[in-house]
Amino acid sequence: MTDAPVAKSVAQDTSGRSQWWDVWDQFKTHKGALFGAAVFLFIVLAVSLGPLIWTIEPTFIDIRARNSGPTWAHPLGTDQLGRDILARMMAGGQVSIAVGLTAMLISVLLGALIGVVAGFFRKLDGMLMGLTDLFLALPLLPLLLVMVMLFRETLARSFGPEMGTFILIVSAIGVTSWMQTARIVRGEVLALKEREFVLAARSIGTPPRRMILRHILPNVLSPIMVSATLGIATAIITESALSFLGLGFPPDFPTWGRLLFDAVDYLQQYPQRVFWPGLAISLTVLSVNYIGDGLRDALDPRIRGR
Amino acid sequence: MAETTAAGPLVKVRDLKMYFPIHAGLFKSHVGDIKAVDGISFDIAPGETLGLVGESGCGKSTVGRSILRLYDVTDGTVEINGSEIAHVDRDSLRSKRPMMQMIFQDPQASLNPRMTVASIIAEPLDEHLELSSKERLARIYELMDWVGLNREFAKRYPHEFSGGQRQRIGIARALALNPKFIVCDEPIAALDVSIQAQVVNLLEELQDRLDLTYLFISHDLSMVRHIADRVAVMYLGRIVEVASRDALFAEPLHPYTQALLSAVPEPDPASERNRTPIVLQGDVPSPANPPTGCNFSTRCPKAMEICRQMEPGVFEFGGGRQVACHLYSDDMAEPAEPTAGSESN
Repeated sequence: MTDAPVAKSVAQDTSGRSQWWDVWDQFKTHKGALFGAAVFLFIVLAVSLGPLIWTIEPTFIDIRARNSGPTWAHPLGTDQLGRDILARMMAGGQVSIAVGLTAMLISVLLGALIGVVAGFFRKLDGMLMGLTDLFLALPLLPLLLVMVMLFRETLARSFGPEMGTFILIVSAIGVTSWMQTARIVRGEVLALKEREFVLAARSIGTPPRRMILRHILPNVLSPIMVSATLGIATAIITESALSFLGLGFPPDFPTWGRLLFDAVDYLQQYPQRVFWPGLAISLTVLSVNYIGDGLRDALDPRIRGR
Repeated sequence: MAETTAAGPLVKVRDLKMYFPIHAGLFKSHVGDIKAVDGISFDIAPGETLGLVGESGCGKSTVGRSILRLYDVTDGTVEINGSEIAHVDRDSLRSKRPMMQMIFQDPQASLNPRMTVASIIAEPLDEHLELSSKERLARIYELMDWVGLNREFAKRYPHEFSGGQRQRIGIARALALNPKFIVCDEPIAALDVSIQAQVVNLLEELQDRLDLTYLFISHDLSMVRHIADRVAVMYLGRIVEVASRDALFAEPLHPYTQALLSAVPEPDPASERNRTPIVLQGDVPSPANPPTGCNFSTRCPKAMEICRQMEPGVFEFGGGRQVACHLYSDDMAEPAEPTAGSESN
């Protein structure tokens, strides 16, 4: 339908590079993001591969070595029952990072979905924002308590006690923390919807589904990214609060939050015991924040050019 | 340009109304309407350019958007190339989208900042045609050639371009599906004066090459004078005068048109010194609460008693010229059907 001889060389020049290389190039220029990625990678590798090297069981009780400081046998010391803190940190890190990432994914997916639908379809807006306000107004702890009471047994029976608790906690945190994302995304979508490129897409005849995927979602990526990185932090901390209240994982099951709260009782005598889980949580949160920051810049073509 | 008039008008708008409801109060009850477009009718012949002029807020852009069914119109019919647009269902409307396209005012806002030029131009192709990636690329390059964009720019993003280049991208997107009818919604208003001429010349060149029909919405009378074959003047949601360009600019009949044209500066300093603009008093009434009788009666320097009581009919002056004003009710008592231009320019 068109004149055949299209300049081949030009086509080669412009389409040879995928835009993901541009994204990577821009990401590389963000020092904080690179550093954050390195730290996060280090933490993930340490908690996932560490137990293969440091083979002490996190639940093994060496009662004669309890409350010891850093020694060669226990580099980070032991707790009040003589369990090795390094091993517990690694086991706890696996759970905490898994909970943080999964809960964040659930809450961001829910929030983005509800925000985009509410912003884009005027008819559903009132109902969905009412639901969001309802969730914001709910007292979360009693709600979580009820959820745990109702579902813990059934989930434990079908997935085993640990996996059951994991699913329960992750969905409980996800379901109760999507509201901020939804509100921010809805606001952005409402503003975007009035932009002329959305009107142009409508005049082309693009159906709403592809309009959202092609024009709306890429442009609300920044706020979603920000709330996602902040969400990981909140999820890790909420999980520790839940464990502390006895609603989360069983007491002997280590997570960073659990370790932190166990150590609070001994804050006067052994302050180093609060230090390690606290440091791990802060580093994870900080590194994820920096990664999110770098990704947001790298995915925005307006910033990428500079 | 108008040798195809025998086939009848390409675009036929009859009694088009676009009301935006006003909701107020505790229960958001419907308390009134903003009558952005209040019963307008016109025809556009194939290959013709109809200029639509009027001051800000008179409903020009709403007309353009309603014709393309970007709004759900309140009442009236729109027929483009023989098929009804204003009230068809979503699916059959989608299949008619390719023949009617739009060029937008703000080239910055009308391009998605996260899409490359190639994907912006290709969006209509992806939506309506099944092309292999090779054909798709060839078509993108062809369109870029048409609008005078370098092919090497295909992988770039809109923010890397100047305003004029961005508007060219918008034009290429509008041309992608070989449309017959294009609504140009103030396509040059956001551009630099030096770039305006380039874009207008490009539009004219494309019209000749691709046999396009334009509805050219603008408040820039000198540009309309340059590009349009016929001109329709709008005031507060209604068309007050339609005439061929030369007739309208030579002798405006409606008092509003006279005032509008008298505001255009003359390039010649000598005649500019003698120009006496007709300064209208007061503001445009709110389209939510238009005056009774003629919409223009509140500001018209020649308003009579009847103007405040009765809506004027449309009077035919021959050669496709129509004026909606009581001043001419004595001359001809015949309310007229809208017609497309028949004289060739």
